[in-house]
Formats: sequence, structure tokens, C-alpha cells
Amino acid sequence: MAENRGTGQEKAEHSLPAAISAQRVTKVFGDGKNKVLALDDVSLTIEENEFFTLLGPSGCGKTTLLRLIAGFDQPTSGTILLRGEEISHLPPNQRSVNTVFQNYALFPHMTVAKNISFGLEMLGKKPDVIEKTVGDMLALVKMEALRDRRTDQLSGGQQQRVALARALAPRPQVLLLDEPLSALDYKLRKEMQIELKQLQHDTGITFIFVTHDQEEALTMSDRIAVMHVGRILQVGTPRQIYNQPSERFVADFIGKSNFLSADVLAVEGRHARLKLSSGQEVGAAIPDGMTPDGSVTVVVRPEYTQIFPKSNDAGDLQGVLENIVYLGTDTHYHIRLPDASIFVTRSQNQCKVTEAFRAGQSVSVVFSPDSVQLLRC
Amino acid sequence: MISPIRKRPPFSLKSQPGFGTIAGLCFVMLYAPIITLVVYSFNAGKYISMWEGFSLQWYVAAWGNEAVQDATIRSLYLAAQASVYSTILATMAALGTTRTPPFRGLTAIYAMINQPLMVPEIVTAVALLILFAMIKSLTGIQGMVYLVIAHTAFCIPFAYLPIRARLEGMDLILETAAADLYATPWKTFWRITLPLLWPGIIAGAMLAFVISLDDVVITEFVKSSGQETLPTYMLGQLRRVITPEINAISTLLLGLSMLVVCVLFFIERKFGK
Repeated sequence: MAENRGTGQEKAEHSLPAAISAQRVTKVFGDGKNKVLALDDVSLTIEENEFFTLLGPSGCGKTTLLRLIAGFDQPTSGTILLRGEEISHLPPNQRSVNTVFQNYALFPHMTVAKNISFGLEMLGKKPDVIEKTVGDMLALVKMEALRDRRTDQLSGGQQQRVALARALAPRPQVLLLDEPLSALDYKLRKEMQIELKQLQHDTGITFIFVTHDQEEALTMSDRIAVMHVGRILQVGTPRQIYNQPSERFVADFIGKSNFLSADVLAVEGRHARLKLSSGQEVGAAIPDGMTPDGSVTVVVRPEYTQIFPKSNDAGDLQGVLENIVYLGTDTHYHIRLPDASIFVTRSQNQCKVTEAFRAGQSVSVVFSPDSVQLLRC
Repeated sequence: MISPIRKRPPFSLKSQPGFGTIAGLCFVMLYAPIITLVVYSFNAGKYISMWEGFSLQWYVAAWGNEAVQDATIRSLYLAAQASVYSTILATMAALGTTRTPPFRGLTAIYAMINQPLMVPEIVTAVALLILFAMIKSLTGIQGMVYLVIAHTAFCIPFAYLPIRARLEGMDLILETAAADLYATPWKTFWRITLPLLWPGIIAGAMLAFVISLDDVVITEFVKSSGQETLPTYMLGQLRRVITPEINAISTLLLGLSMLVVCVLFFIERKFGK
């Protein structure tokens, strides 16, 4: 975290200030026995024109952080900067930040057009400017035909679009989105993910998106911050988060992972020789900023491995195939290792190929050294 | 193995023995007196319990009775004022108890606001009589103001309850969204809270109006001479000869109350979500 903050501040001196910069933000709810530490000394820099996602399970503090940026709650300590200016003490109506709420929070007594114009009216824009902007926004979210409808006559997806248009109409410096897709059905959610990403690209507004859905985060984000119990564990691009998780929680929360404990036998440059607890020896690339010694955890993604029928003692792991789970696009093989733990491999299905394995047979697993990630225990 | 699905009927009170009888009895006890009252208001004779044919004469008599006219106007004026003031106060109280973070003593405040529902009316009446007598002798101020104050006070909880219920049903997220869209707290109140609260306010005001219109005990104690309201006028008549004129007035009051209830129902259907 300290490194992130450092780079953020250097950038701020040389180029545009960051869209949002949270500095050592702590938020405590309640007092005495009911005290809850919702955010624990969080520092974060979100760049201009970024699609940034706060990802974590419920209760991790992601929504709290969003509410602090919006101004609905005040931080217990720490500061929040919007384009380099402190906003921590400002009420929500004085921040150039708009929110798309989880349940949209559309005004039920107003038409679609009135909902969209509300923010502009409050900013005191001229009627002709409001009229034009509302038209533009309706076009942007493809809702022109429904401009005079009452919002309770709209479907979930339509309400979603109105909420987006309403929040974008005043052209905020930052748009906050609080799990806006969670109320939509699967197919519509997939469509909206692509549309949101496109919308961010078209408008050039910084989006901060909150979700507990890792797939959603990977699909849309430029960068992701993974949060857990009030702390930010890792910030990075979707590829970094997925391929180089910095902590066991990140590896476990995003995608499926196998965790193997191992002892470091030798280190040669950025390459380590490891001895797994099962006895096999494997090689692994050492991630930046890590000096492995003693025992480590090896993270192996199921799809970066290959399963073979056991012919001799070759391969990185040996085990007995316990379950075959057919998923259409691919097949998962659950392998019982000698130490009784389960290792999952995954292979993509080919058309018209019949299953080559059967439960109960001995198999071996191979993975290449650069496909695994090392973690300190 | 598929076991046959036996559908058990959901529990219903209706299937209990004696349900119909008890329900019927309740309705008879509720409505028999009112129906009798209404029927005898059309009595041609001058007794309230001896039917002598149909006539509208008691309505005509009531309409032409100056004392009734006077009391009716006073009652309506009093109920209108009391309902407006108590609704304004109740709206503020409801906003204060639902649109603030929960604070210590909130339950005590609920109890205090609803005090008129719990304290026996006769106690309030005597207390007001004594207090107002002191104020009158100190300041010399006379007039309707005391009745207005008294009615406003005991109408507050009746106006408060529907307004608070409406506010509690209104998601705070809408006001949050308005603030997020650059509305000041004042603008948020006028553009979001108040328009959505209207059905609750109207329901509260109408309830307060009906309650004020109907009050006897407190009015009887607080009023000065010459300040008869319709209910106290009717009470006064009971001490003399009772004619079906009383029935006619009661029937009209009943009609007014039913009208208010119908309007309330309509508002709830039309605007309440």
C-alpha cells in the first residue's frame, strides 16, 4: 500500500491530479461494544478516466468507501481528495460526484425526463441547456421513447438506464456505481456490463464500481482493488489480480485456485526449486518483491494444468481421480492427492470427444513453472 | 419413489366453529344502534323511539335551528383550525423522529407525542380547565383560542400516526439521491420529501378534523358560555326533551365522517404505493 501511495503522489506533482485519492481513511461505526471498524487505514489512488472496481465479499467495506466518496458518511479519520482538492468535509450536494444506487432510487413522483433533469435543475442550469442535455442522455441510454413515462412503469433494465442517465447528466467528475447490476437477471447483466464499459469509454468520466461479483469486476475494470474486512489487499489490472494474487484471500476469492504448501529447496535468480508436501519437486517463477525462504504456498489455477493418465512417475503431481464434473464448456477433474487434499484441474472440451478418464484411475498433473504463483505462507 | 402430494388447506379462522355467529353478533352490535339512529331521524312523530311514519321534518327543523347553525359553524371552524395546526406540528414531529439518526430518548418522545392517546381524556380536560382559568384571570384574554389550542393538542397524535407511517414507508435513499444530485436539504424537502409525503399529511389532517369535530369531554370543560360546538349542543339537548332532531344532526355528522373516510380511502388508493 505504501508503494501505491508513493507513486500516486509523484504523479500528482507532475501531471493531472488523481480523480480520487483516499489517504489513510478509517471509518468506525457505532461505539463501545457495538463498534465496527468498517475501513481500516485505507489509502487508494484512482486515476482520471479509469474504470475502477472495488471488489470484495459483503461486509468488506467497499460500499462504506463509496459512501465516503459520495459524502453520505464522514470518515472517522483520513482525507479524501477529488482532483487534488479535499472533499471529506463537504456535504454530498457540493461534490461533483454522482451515484447510481443499487436499487436505482428513482424519484417515483417524476417522469423519466424529470428524473434526469433533476441534477441539472439543482445546479441552476438554463432551461434550454437542461432540455438539450436530457435529450442527449436519453439518446445515450437509448430511452428516448420513454421520456414521459412514470418510473414505476419501467422494467428493471429500463430503470437501470434512467438511473445511469440521471447520474451522468450533470457530468460529474466521478461516477459511483453501487452494485447496480445485482438486481438484473443474468443475461441482461451480461449486456449491461458491456454497455457500462462502453459508456465509460464514450463519456470519459471516471467510474468507481462496487461489486462482489468477481466475474463482473474482471470483465469491466481497468483496475481492481480487492477488499477484505476493511482493508485493501491488492490493487491491479484484472490480469495482475488473477495471475499474480498477492495474498491467499485474493487467489481464493477471484477464480478457482489450488493451494499447495511447499518448502523452498533452492533459488536461482528469479526461479525457485520447491518441494511439495506430497514429496514431488516443482519449479516456480518468483514474483517481484518476494524473497522466498523456508515454506511457501503455491497457487495453481485449474486451467493452467494438464491431466494425464499415469504411466510412470513423471508429472508434477500424482493422485487418484475422484470426480469428473462436466460443465459444457469444460470439464473439472477432482484429484485426491496422497496427502488427502483435493486438487482440481480443468480442461476445455472438444466437440465430439468422449471422456478419456474415469473416476478411480490414477492420474498425474503437469503445470509449467511460470503458471504458478508463490505466496508467503 | 414419489410420495403423493397432499395439499393441506392453509389455516383459516373461518373454518373454526362459531366464527360466523360471533362475527355476525359483532356486526349487529356495531351497526344496530347506528341503523336505528338513522331510521328514526326520518320519523314523522316527535319521539325518538316511536315510529309514526316517514318525514324529513327533523332535518328541516335542524337546518332552520339557529343554535344548530351556530354550533355547526363553530365546530367546523374549530375542527379546520385544529386539524391544520396539529397536522403542521405532527408533520414536523414525524420528520424529526424519522429523518434523523436514532437518538437517545426517541422512545420517550414517541410516548410524549402520543400522550393524548393514553392519558384519560377527563384528566386532560380538568387540567386544561384549571390552566386556562389561570391564564384567563392573568391575561384577560377570552375567545376561541383556548378551544383551538386544546383541540390542536389532542389531535396531534391522530395526525402524527399516518404521517409517520408514510415517512417510515418512504425509503431514505430517495432523499440521499436528491442530495447526491446537488439538492440542498431545503430543496430536497420541497422537491422530494413533501410531494411523497402528501397522502400521509392529508390522511393525518382528515383524521384530526374528524376527531376534533367529534370531541365532547375536553370541549365541554374548556368552552366558555356561548361557545357550543355541535356535540356539546347535542349533549345539552339531552337534558331537555329529546326529539328526532338529534337523530337528524347525528346522521348528518355520520355522513360527514363517512365522506372523510371515503376520501381517505381514495387518496390511499390513488397516491399511496
